[in-house]
Amino acid sequence: MSIDQATVARIAALARIRLTDAQREAAAVELSRILDWVAQLDEVDTSAVEPLRSVMPISPTLREDIVSDGGRPEDVLRNAPQRSGDYFVVPKVVE
Amino acid sequence: MTSELTRLTLSGALERLSRRELSAVELTAAHLDAMAAARELNAFITETPDCALAMAEASDARRARGEVGPLDGIPLAVKDLFCTSDVLTTAGSRILDGFRPPYESTVTARLWQAGAVCLGKTNLDEFAMGSSNMTSAFGPVRNPWTRPGENEALVPGGSSGGSAAAVAARLCLGATGTDTGGSIRQPAAFTGTVGLKPTYGRCSRWGIVAFASSLDQAGPMARTVRDCALLLEVIAGYDPKDSTSADLPVPRFSAAVGRSLAGLRIGVPREYRVDGMPDEIERLWQAGAAWLRDAGCELVEISLPHTRYALPTYYIIAPAEASSNLARYDGMRYGLRVQGDSLTDTYMATRGEGFGAEVKRRVLIGTYVLSAGYYDAYYLKAQRVRRRIADDFTQGFEHCDAILTPTAPSAAFRAGEKMDDPVAMYLNDVFTVPVNLAGLPAISVPAGLSDDGLPLGLQVIGRPWDEETVFAVAAALESAAAFDHLPYGLEA
Repeated sequence: MSIDQATVARIAALARIRLTDAQREAAAVELSRILDWVAQLDEVDTSAVEPLRSVMPISPTLREDIVSDGGRPEDVLRNAPQRSGDYFVVPKVVE
Repeated sequence: MTSELTRLTLSGALERLSRRELSAVELTAAHLDAMAAARELNAFITETPDCALAMAEASDARRARGEVGPLDGIPLAVKDLFCTSDVLTTAGSRILDGFRPPYESTVTARLWQAGAVCLGKTNLDEFAMGSSNMTSAFGPVRNPWTRPGENEALVPGGSSGGSAAAVAARLCLGATGTDTGGSIRQPAAFTGTVGLKPTYGRCSRWGIVAFASSLDQAGPMARTVRDCALLLEVIAGYDPKDSTSADLPVPRFSAAVGRSLAGLRIGVPREYRVDGMPDEIERLWQAGAAWLRDAGCELVEISLPHTRYALPTYYIIAPAEASSNLARYDGMRYGLRVQGDSLTDTYMATRGEGFGAEVKRRVLIGTYVLSAGYYDAYYLKAQRVRRRIADDFTQGFEHCDAILTPTAPSAAFRAGEKMDDPVAMYLNDVFTVPVNLAGLPAISVPAGLSDDGLPLGLQVIGRPWDEETVFAVAAALESAAAFDHLPYGLEA
């Protein structure tokens, strides 16, 4: 499986990661190699095998649907790159 | 600068503390001195000496009042993937720039509740993605071991390389690690220390920076099997904040150390005899089998036929989960923000600058295998092969009670080696990754030296929830191997 630079650019846009031209070139080569390597999985017959999503059969524990924590705006906001009062400041979203 | 106090084992220090021959403050101060003298290892990202001494004083006060926790006064290091309240938490990445969590991870909270003392946060591969500690944004960790007579820097393994180096260099009595594909066991093997990955669900993942959520598990690293068992007794257990933590009783794991192995069946998987495995690894493995036979075990050959597919399966599933988990680093609520022309541009600039090369590589692979048109061919296929791998172990355990393998296919390698070939780097984890895919408990025990004079580890894999047998077998190996070598330069 060969990944070209246009594909890398498309994935990088989906992943919201800016790449330099050099990084995009390198990624095309590295990703192609890794995908070639994982292609060996095609040798395994999995036609009758269900995907394994959760490795331990742990049944989730239910609890009352009540607020158990919260009301701590200072804790929530203390690491904000930019804030105004009790709000995060983010770049303009609506043009 | 190590001292008599930093050379104690965790269990030995507990005894001395309980006999009042030693105070927590003395013990902590000795470790802080050792840390200050070993900064060239770069094992710590953040040292917390003031906090450590305050915790040690509080421990001595508790002891004077007779209120003693199971780890009271024991100085520990914490992998910088665990959130620690008000203490810088980096995950080895620039993208968490300046992040001071307002909360404490469950595992570390349990340690402090048990009276342990926090020395600081240890270095790691960025977001725990690596096998060499070379991908940390805070620079590589140096293995305290070198080849005899040489000064060339070797890697401590990864991703819990800072924790492993700190334990090996006698900078702490134990440490926490996390293990997604071998990140506790491989660095333990590379540094001559003991590290356990518990059964998936044994320890809470709450407050641990997530890498691949179906594989990640926290575990102890220390210098003896018993010390690891004592740490696991404290950090294990159900946590309502992690729906994948198991609501099961926590056994007294340390009671399994020294237990008789008579009649135990030990599986030796024939598929682990991989092409090109060095003779020294093969010899160590055979020595381990002989020690267990002498301890009363029956050795049986077993087959885990899908072993060779474990690494490629892992390198689809782990990046897929990582690409999803790391989507949260968007520069809006915490950490680095690199301003762009628009919201999307700010996301792209922040993540482009904040993530290092290996993290970008894995997020890109993960995004690709989850993207429309490729999901079935890669991601679902990998989940199907994962079931085959897990089923192999289930069938293997019909014939044995524990499995013995080498931990890694080589000893520690040179800093910078394998950096230009991701696949060669991934092969380090060939013996450890299948265990994560199956969710099983496994330990690495130092068992001997390579021809180059570097530590090598043996791995013991157990059935789900049977850490006790893992500890019992590991203790027998430990006792037979009598590994008492110290990193060169630390010898008395």
